[in-house]
Amino acid sequence: MSLLHLALGIPLFWIALGLAGLAVGSSRATHARTFFPLGALGALGLAIVGFLALTGKSQALVLPLGLPDLPFHLRLDPLAGFFLILLGAASAGVSVFSAGYFERGGGGDIRLICLQYHVFLAAMALVLLADDAYLFMVAWETMALASYFLVTTDHRIAEIRSAGFLYLIVAHVGAIAILLTFGVLQLGRWDYTFDAMRANTLPMHWASIAFLLALFGFGAKAGFLPVHIWLPEAHPAAPSPVSGLMSGVMLKTAMYGLLRVTFDLLHVQVWWWGVVALAVGLVTAFYGVIFAAVQTDMKRLLAYSSIENIGIILAGVGLALTFHTYDMNLLAALALAASLYHCLNHALFKSLLFLATGSVMHATRHRSLGKLGGLIRSMPWVAGLALLGILAIAGLPPLNGFVSEWLLFQAFLLTPGLPNSYLNMFVPVATAALALAVALAGYVMVKFYGVVFLGQPREDLSGAHDAGAWERTGMLWLAAWCVVLGVIPVVAVQAMDPILGALVGGSLSESLRASSWLLLTAVAPERASYGPMIFALVILGAVAATFLLVRRVWHGRVRRSAPWDCGFPQLNARMQDTAEGFGQPIKQIFEPFFRIERHHPSPFDERPRYSSSLEDKLWYWLYLPIAWLADRLSAVVAIIHHGRIQWYLVYSFVTLLVLLVLVR
Amino acid sequence: MGLSELLSQLLQTLVAVLLAPLMLGWVNQCRSWFQGRSGPGLLQPYRVLVKLFRKDAAIAHNASWLFRVTPYIVFSCMVLAGSIVPILATDLPFSRAADVIALVGLFALARVFMALAAMDIGTAFGSLGARREMLIASLAEPALLMVFFTPALISQSTALTTIVETLAHQQIQLYPSMAFAAVAFVMVLLAENARIPVDNPATHLELTMVHEAMILEYSARHLALMDWAHALKLMVYSTIGIALFVPWGIAEAGNWSMVPLSLLALVVKLAIAGQGLALLETVSAKMRIFRVPEFLGMAFMLAVLGLLTRFLLEMKA
Repeated sequence: MSLLHLALGIPLFWIALGLAGLAVGSSRATHARTFFPLGALGALGLAIVGFLALTGKSQALVLPLGLPDLPFHLRLDPLAGFFLILLGAASAGVSVFSAGYFERGGGGDIRLICLQYHVFLAAMALVLLADDAYLFMVAWETMALASYFLVTTDHRIAEIRSAGFLYLIVAHVGAIAILLTFGVLQLGRWDYTFDAMRANTLPMHWASIAFLLALFGFGAKAGFLPVHIWLPEAHPAAPSPVSGLMSGVMLKTAMYGLLRVTFDLLHVQVWWWGVVALAVGLVTAFYGVIFAAVQTDMKRLLAYSSIENIGIILAGVGLALTFHTYDMNLLAALALAASLYHCLNHALFKSLLFLATGSVMHATRHRSLGKLGGLIRSMPWVAGLALLGILAIAGLPPLNGFVSEWLLFQAFLLTPGLPNSYLNMFVPVATAALALAVALAGYVMVKFYGVVFLGQPREDLSGAHDAGAWERTGMLWLAAWCVVLGVIPVVAVQAMDPILGALVGGSLSESLRASSWLLLTAVAPERASYGPMIFALVILGAVAATFLLVRRVWHGRVRRSAPWDCGFPQLNARMQDTAEGFGQPIKQIFEPFFRIERHHPSPFDERPRYSSSLEDKLWYWLYLPIAWLADRLSAVVAIIHHGRIQWYLVYSFVTLLVLLVLVR
Repeated sequence: MGLSELLSQLLQTLVAVLLAPLMLGWVNQCRSWFQGRSGPGLLQPYRVLVKLFRKDAAIAHNASWLFRVTPYIVFSCMVLAGSIVPILATDLPFSRAADVIALVGLFALARVFMALAAMDIGTAFGSLGARREMLIASLAEPALLMVFFTPALISQSTALTTIVETLAHQQIQLYPSMAFAAVAFVMVLLAENARIPVDNPATHLELTMVHEAMILEYSARHLALMDWAHALKLMVYSTIGIALFVPWGIAEAGNWSMVPLSLLALVVKLAIAGQGLALLETVSAKMRIFRVPEFLGMAFMLAVLGLLTRFLLEMKA
């Protein structure tokens, strides 16, 4: 039995698990605690298979399923293996968490959720294993549909229904573009296996069209600007574990598709592709982060932060593409490694944070930031693990988010080697945009954590309780990987080396071997090095030493007292910063990017209310005009629709006559 | 890692940690002189630290563990930063652990903890300070990275050791791009270290505070650690500036005979830098918070100009 058989077995196991769950009529709690942990075991197995596939040779398999003469082709290569690790590692944590989460309610019928959840996981695994356009599209659409049903779990709420609808529309527009990509790639030979596409050599302009279609199609799933509009609506609407999977893993399948098409299926690359990807990525990152900073709903904030992170990943891909077209393969490998690393990191910490919001919502029944606060005292576990998550996502050493950002900055700094002076001018600005997005991510995360977990509760949250054992275990798993990937990046980057070799023909392991396993280097050790282990040990050591010294030389006496009230004795929780307040400077500085509506009370209002709403300008500039156009077009068509049967009979009669005349 | 290397590392860290309050005292003393006051004396920061360490810590009723652990983390981050930057010598054991980008990350780590601790009690001033600090920092950080990129381009490296060795230990060459970078760096230094015109370290007016608002709830040993870390941060920033723009005199790796000389050079340079800082603070006034983005935007533009100068004028030569 080969590795590929194992890899194929796990999605089938998931589907079987979902179906079995449908048949079993046990209580909600038993159901959740039986099926989700089993799913987690499958996920763990998938991660291991993916890890073994990183170093192994690529394996192919033809399944005689599907349509006649159109069997399913499957393939397991290092790139697919990497994304299988990502899927397995993230969903293992999420599934364990789900066992506790769904047990305590949330959503509709547990059996349906269990089926949709596991079909969703299986579809994502099959997307990664597919080796022909047919299976790829089938799996892709299954993934979209399963996630649609998961998003609309609480379908009795009107906003959730419309969020799901928007998601479905954008997903399908994207799917059409992907289908067209494959149509271009097969080059009129009507052979839709990826092997045949690899063998084709496309003319330059067709290759460019294929790339742009892929960028749009996969971008619609990943949330690149301007097709990001569905993401902040749909991701928060789903139950929290599913939000975590969608943000953490599903977006990465889109990145996988983009990488597969760009680096594997297309042979030629044109230099401006990289620039387009870089520009789109940076604009997406910037847009995502400033919108995240002004959100007042914790899950929407995280969804916008996903847009930011996916933008950073795309920027890395763009840079890798640029380097690759100039045959600077070592640098392309560096940029691509940064991107892939960030994919993995984001899968871990974004799932972790979404899970934390799930626990918070269960404990408090609130998701609006304006009602939370002070949860570090009643939910110490969730608060502690979420702290790790926000430090990682804010790109702080020695956690994992910083590693990928460090690699990416290094790659950006190496661009002066490019033999294109326009690019040389463009890149400093691009680096600055990246730096701004990364720095603002810190702002966003301080806001998120500070408002939810710190301070005083803004409403009565006395019933809040900490997460249960299942939920803790799931989060602990994800947080542990955030730490591990943060402190031993060298091992992780070395494991990625086969992918880099296969996609861009460069290898980082040589430069890594030149230094010790403690130090991550970029290209050469004297160029730059970063030793997160030393960071972690020195900081921890210094904390311990300072603590002991201060106690030893002086004392550790503590007196509890009321906080400083500035001489105003009626200090209360409502005087803290609100989420709106915390985002206000960003609102003011980046005002041109938002569409803000404020309603100020007049001095004569008996019950003065202040309200301010903030929307995406693109919605008005792009989507509403399109909707308006569609409306007008359908109005034109509707002229001949009267709803009376006589008229339709007349139409049929006339059509028949015309046809008779023409065919005669 | 040999014993001698470890010793030199230890020496540098100690020098950084112990000299930091002195530097702060010197800046305050200079400022007093410029303003025609006699000043509290050079050693005042040490006296304050000892006084604070002796007192009982008063902590708000609802303070969490995060609030209590933050001073130690912030202080440790700054100690680590002080051991990474080539203050006395290059190529110390820890210097390989971080390049300038990682150093920026280290400062960000300390800052995020400080901001979180400020929001922990849930008073209006804490979160106000946290928000402003994060805002200033997130605008200053891109500028700071841009500043670092110019010397990184010149020396083909982001490691401070390599940068110093390239700039100081080879033939002297003037780089116009570095002039832009230096001005931008000073502006970022003012913003990041909560100095006038961005923030006022001596303020007692709550509404204008940024850094002081964040640490308003701290007292006794916690406040002492926060203050010490703040002094250390100023020291580290100044020494980064020295390493980038006037690196002459920093000892080479393992060269013990150079260390006394480099200590002397360091003290002289820091004295001049402190005087300059005091002068800057005396002649300028604190600006409104929403003018700060313009100020930092200018720093950012200068840094980008430096980078472009490097591309346009220096690369072709």
